[in-house]
Amino acid sequence: MLERVVRLNADYARAIDDDRLEDWPGFFTEKCLYKITSADNHRRGLEAGVIYADTNGMLRDRVAALREANVYERQTYRHLVGLPALVGTQGEVTRAETPFLVVRIMRDGSMDIFATGRYLDALVDDGGALRLRERVVVCDSGRFDTLLAIPL
Amino acid sequence: MGEMTRAWPVDTLARVPFWVYQDEANYRAELRRIFEGPTWSYVCLESDVAKPGEFRTTFVGEMPVIVVRGQDGDVHAFENRCGHRGALIALDDAGSVKNAFQCVYHAWSYDLRGNLIGIAFEKGSNGRGGMPSDFCKADHGPRKLRTTTLCGLVFATLSPETPPIEDYLGAEILGRVRRVMDKPVQVLGRFTQGLPNNWKLYFENVKDTYHASLLHAFFGTFRITRLTQGGGVLVSPDGAHHASYTIGVPEDAKSAAYREQGIRSELDGFRLADARLLDSVDEFNDRIQLQILTVFPNLVIQQVQNSLAVRQILPKGVEAMELHWTYIGFAGDDAEMRQRRLRQANLVGPAGYVSMEDGCVGGFVQRGAAAASDELSVVNMGGEGTESMDTRATEASVRGFWKAYRRYMGY
Repeated sequence: MLERVVRLNADYARAIDDDRLEDWPGFFTEKCLYKITSADNHRRGLEAGVIYADTNGMLRDRVAALREANVYERQTYRHLVGLPALVGTQGEVTRAETPFLVVRIMRDGSMDIFATGRYLDALVDDGGALRLRERVVVCDSGRFDTLLAIPL
Repeated sequence: MGEMTRAWPVDTLARVPFWVYQDEANYRAELRRIFEGPTWSYVCLESDVAKPGEFRTTFVGEMPVIVVRGQDGDVHAFENRCGHRGALIALDDAGSVKNAFQCVYHAWSYDLRGNLIGIAFEKGSNGRGGMPSDFCKADHGPRKLRTTTLCGLVFATLSPETPPIEDYLGAEILGRVRRVMDKPVQVLGRFTQGLPNNWKLYFENVKDTYHASLLHAFFGTFRITRLTQGGGVLVSPDGAHHASYTIGVPEDAKSAAYREQGIRSELDGFRLADARLLDSVDEFNDRIQLQILTVFPNLVIQQVQNSLAVRQILPKGVEAMELHWTYIGFAGDDAEMRQRRLRQANLVGPAGYVSMEDGCVGGFVQRGAAAASDELSVVNMGGEGTESMDTRATEASVRGFWKAYRRYMGY
C-alpha cells in the first residue's frame, strides 16, 4: 500500500507542477473532500478552507475557473512531497499523512517557499486505481502570499 | 505628528497623486494621523474575548495591541508594549490570563486594563538596588486605547476625540452593519493574505464598485447572469465609510433561474459542473445578494450570497499590507446553512473565485506606477462627487475615501 500511495503522490505533484491541472480532479473519487486550511484552524476545529470542494465537480469547476475566468500572474509550483506515513485503516479506507513543500516560481524568476504542510488523506481503491476520497491540506502557516490560484 | 514633505497637487477628488502609495514620510504620517488618530480601528470580534481574561493580540496601524475582557465584563485595549524596555507583553495571537499579563523580559506585570501593577525586585535585593522610591508605576504603563462594541465587533481608538461609533458611521452605514451582524456570530476559520501593495490600494479596491464585473470574470465566464434588479452604493456623509449592494430578483425566480443556468450548456460558454455553489438563501429577507461595507480605516464586512466574513486591513510598510480574514456564520446556523457557507467561501478569500484578483491587482498598480510619483491617478467615473448613487458604475465611494483621507491628513 505504501508504494501505491507514494506513486499517487508523485503523479499528483507532477500533474500540478507540469500544468496538467485538468488531470488533477482524476486523483479524487466522485464524492470527495478537498480542503486547504491552516494548522491553526485545523487544531481549533474551525472548518472553513481557502478552497473547499466536496464533490469532484467542484474540483473540475476550480480548474475551469483558473483556466477561463480568474486573473493571476503566470506562476508555477514545484512540489516536494515527503514519504507518507500510513496512520490507519478503516474498512476500505487507508489513512495517510504526508509532508509537502511547495516553491512558487513567478514569471520574473522570483522563487518563494509558498507553502509547507501535510496532506491528511483518506484513500480508497476505486476500480483498481488508488484515489483520494479526502485530502485535507493542512498548511503550517495560515498566511498566503498575494493569492492562491493553483491547488496545493 | 509625522512630517509630510509634499503638498496635495490638485483640488478635485477625481485625481490622486501616485506618491501617496510610495512616500515613506507620508506613510509615517498616516499611522499617526489616521490609525492612531481620531478613527475607530476594528480589532477583533467580541466573541474572541468572551470571558474575563480572554485576550487577542492585533494591531492598530502598526501599533501592537492587546484586547482583553476585564473582570468587570468590559473589553479593554492597550499597547502590547512593556512600560519598562518596550518588549511585547503578550506573545500569542490569543489566549487567556487570570488577572494579569507579565512581560517575559523582566517580569513586570499589568492588570487587564493595562495598568502597571508589579515590578520584579522593586525594592531591590537584600536592601540594595531596586527602583527609586519616587518611581510612579501609574506613569509607566503602555498606552491605553478606548474601546467600543457594535454588533459583536470590537473597535479601538487612541484618541479622546473619536466620536461614538454610531455617530462615526452615520445612520445609513450603521443600518447596513446591523443588517448583517444581527445575531451572535460563530467563527468558521481565519486566514491571512499578504498583499504586495500599499494599504490604500486595497481599501480603494473594496470601495470600487466599477471594477467588480470587469476584473472578476467568474460570474460572466460561467454565464451566471447576475439577475439583478439593481444595486447601488451608499457613502457616509464624511466620505469615509461605504456600503455597496446588489439586489436579486425574488427568491423563487432566482433559484429556478440559477438552476436552469447551472445545467445550461452553451457552445461558446462554460458551465459549473456543481451548481450548488450558487444555491443561496435570502437569509436577511431583503433580496440583497451581495453587500460590501467598509469602515474607515481598516474594516470590511462582506456578504457575498451566504458567505460572510470580516476582513481587517493591517498596513505593513509603504508597499505591503496584510488582510486578516475571519469567515463567520451564526451560532444558530443549521447543518445545511453551515455547509452552504463553507462551499460559498470558495467565492472569497485568498483563493476566491471573485476575490483572488484583488490580491494581485494592488501590486499591479504599485509596480505599474513605480516611476510615476508625480503623475495622477484618475477617479472620475460618475463625476467628482461622493454622494450615494443607485448605480455601481461610479467611483463615488473611492472619492469618498480621498475626501476623508485628506481631511484626516490635513491635505
